[in-house]
Amino acid sequence: MRVSLSSTLQVDSGLGNALDVHAETIAELMASLTDRYPEFEQLLERGVAVSIDGHIYRDDWTQLIPAQAEVFLIPRIEGG
Amino acid sequence: MGHEQKYVDKKYEVVGTRFNRPDGIDKVTGKARYGADASAPGQLVARVLRSPHAHAQIVKINTSKAEKLPGVKAIVTSADLPDLTGGDQGLADILENCMARGRALYDGHAVAAVAAIDEQTAVKALKLISVKYKKLPHVTDVDEAMCESAPVIHERIITRGIEPAPTKPSNISARTQMGYGDVDAGFAEADVVIEKSYKTEQTHQGYIEPHACLASVNPDGTSELWVTTQGHFVFRNVCASLLGLDIAKLKVTASEIGGGFGGKTHVWAEPVALALSRKANRPVKLVMGRDEVFRATGPTSSTSIDVKMGAKKDGTITAAVAEMRYQGGAFPGNWAMLGCMTAFACYDIKNNKSIGWDVVVNRPKVAAYRAPSAPMAAFAVESTIDELAKEVGISAIDMRLKNVAREGTVAPYGPTYGPIGIEHTLKAVKDHPHMRAKLKKNQGRGVACGFWFNIGGQTCTDLNISVDGTVNLTLGTVDVGGSRSSMAMIAAEELGIPYDQVRANIADTTSLGHNDMTEGSRGTFSSGMATVFAARDAISVLKQRAAKMWGIPEDDVVWESGQAIATGKGHGNLPPLSLQEIAAKSGRTGGPIAGHNEVVADGAGMGFASHICDVEVDPETGRSTIVRYTVVQDAGKAINPDYVEGQFQGGATQGIGWALNEEYIYGDDGCLQNAGFLDYRIPVCSDLPFIDTKILEVPNPLHPYGVRGVGETSIVPPLAAVGNAIANATGVRMSHAPMSPPRVLAAIDAQGNAS
Repeated sequence: MRVSLSSTLQVDSGLGNALDVHAETIAELMASLTDRYPEFEQLLERGVAVSIDGHIYRDDWTQLIPAQAEVFLIPRIEGG
Repeated sequence: MGHEQKYVDKKYEVVGTRFNRPDGIDKVTGKARYGADASAPGQLVARVLRSPHAHAQIVKINTSKAEKLPGVKAIVTSADLPDLTGGDQGLADILENCMARGRALYDGHAVAAVAAIDEQTAVKALKLISVKYKKLPHVTDVDEAMCESAPVIHERIITRGIEPAPTKPSNISARTQMGYGDVDAGFAEADVVIEKSYKTEQTHQGYIEPHACLASVNPDGTSELWVTTQGHFVFRNVCASLLGLDIAKLKVTASEIGGGFGGKTHVWAEPVALALSRKANRPVKLVMGRDEVFRATGPTSSTSIDVKMGAKKDGTITAAVAEMRYQGGAFPGNWAMLGCMTAFACYDIKNNKSIGWDVVVNRPKVAAYRAPSAPMAAFAVESTIDELAKEVGISAIDMRLKNVAREGTVAPYGPTYGPIGIEHTLKAVKDHPHMRAKLKKNQGRGVACGFWFNIGGQTCTDLNISVDGTVNLTLGTVDVGGSRSSMAMIAAEELGIPYDQVRANIADTTSLGHNDMTEGSRGTFSSGMATVFAARDAISVLKQRAAKMWGIPEDDVVWESGQAIATGKGHGNLPPLSLQEIAAKSGRTGGPIAGHNEVVADGAGMGFASHICDVEVDPETGRSTIVRYTVVQDAGKAINPDYVEGQFQGGATQGIGWALNEEYIYGDDGCLQNAGFLDYRIPVCSDLPFIDTKILEVPNPLHPYGVRGVGETSIVPPLAAVGNAIANATGVRMSHAPMSPPRVLAAIDAQGNAS
């Protein structure tokens, strides 16, 4: 699966604009990224959300990721 | 039990109709209990001593005289709030904001607090506390704070997001960049390029109810907190962490809330009240004065924004760049990042780039304010789009429609949009009678668009059916805008019973699992989803009980219109069993009947809105009067249209106040000069016309009823809608909000002098 990073996460992580990862859930995606890129842990602490086909998941790491889905990592946002 | 989150189109019986809110009678008769309305036997009164300086070292605090004053039971300083945050800088910032630790970082920063037997004694004690300050250089302006010559507020801040990382500390906590494409190539394609700079001043959420709480800590480690908050579970967790309490032993009850708008998502004085109670071994009530609310609790950022946009003669925007500077007060935030993510979100611009600078200054710690950061970005972008439209000779609406984002458009922050409603709102605006209404002398009309993400989050709900068939719905998301009514309607819809048979309550933290804050327009989305699922859970129990009463298999029972119906061969002659009949027998068929759900409600639908504003500008005074105002917004699904309209109107009203009058005014000494509603002017009824609304419903695919959030988006367009209307009324483009009479008059005069 191709995982894209929003511009600011690219700069913050130094990981480039996209990564190839094998994962079927958000939890697997996060585990895989943290294993391969220890610096990703810092991003996670600051807050990362996952956009799957345009729908933003902030917290539900059990969410399944369809095989051909567009997957984007973006900063985790809050509201007022 | 797993439940299907996806939207299903269906006909509703209760949802979409209008009911009075269940808390309405208590609120209009004065029975409702807000943060300051709790009391406990033996309670003390707390008062907080605050820094009179914008930035100062606290050399020494001497509390000995105050401690000897009869009636004083406890005094706390930072020494009574040891740092238990374990390296969590965000939590450490919250702790330091609640009580200064060696330095006062802004005018109003708490330095000590007293609990005494009455207010007079507490006030007297404050005067007996001696604080020796050493004044330090200060900076309150976002642009000045970024200069190399500015006093550095935190030596620990090294700007994040820059490669290579800076070697010296500064007031810039982070640089953010969003966007895609080649903006230089895009500008080269453009026939018209507009470049402008904007400023927006700092505003407060302006909730009428000040922060207030009643704290009680016992020697055995159990404790209670009654508090006005947008999220009592989060307050519990944060307070417990800061004070070293066991989370489950701290019971937090959310009072009725007299407005929050993001400002009550943060703890301010609650840890102080708990610390005082712990020290005094008595309950402690702490109620902020209005000046304290202004000086020491969550305003939004002031900003400075540069925008450059280019378009072809046919109106196609070929490139857009924004550079945005947001101050977060005395502690780092991510406010500019949110500005970057939202600035161009309404449009499909092939080449776009947003750069954000998050900056610290000597002002109170910024808190979220309704679609945080988006209104300022929209003010700059939507004003510039109007200028572009004029240059290329296209109407403001057609310019926006030409470039509008749709399903399949790539958002500026990266992903591709699913079904979104911005085009629907713009078309509705174009067709609205408001757009055809004639304008009088000195009047102008402006339109503007706005975007906010909306969010979900952890949510937990119980539904209990009484033996008479009435229903208690127990929620954990604080009701800030009528959600109890909406949740009761959803439960009634699912169960097939009348709305008035459901009573919705907000539980305390010992009665329900964790619920995230009511923020990000999530209340109806998240608790609505949990209520649907809890009701379906209860229905499965009701079907089981009906099967037992009939002595038939559960699979032969269906639930329709509030009653169990036996299906299948041989059951055709069984009369239906109503919810009331099943509930009445529950004691003999297995006990109480209940439904429950805990869910991480993700997949919130994005919110888009377009507003129309008519303004009349007095050319002699510069005063702008809103003549007519219309909000068009996509709600996904309006559960109770009354409250959706109320959210639209409330957001627009706050945005209009921001656009025309509201601003923090700081003196050269770095102290806030207008910490009160006399000098900080929020709109009152006589300032506004009736705000018209139009609800559009483009369903969110990831909510069973299609709900999107509606609470925040409506504050995003007003600054620009008002600015565009003033520009059309006067020919003067205002680039500094609020567009107060002196600023507008000065701009009109400057234009007159220039011409």
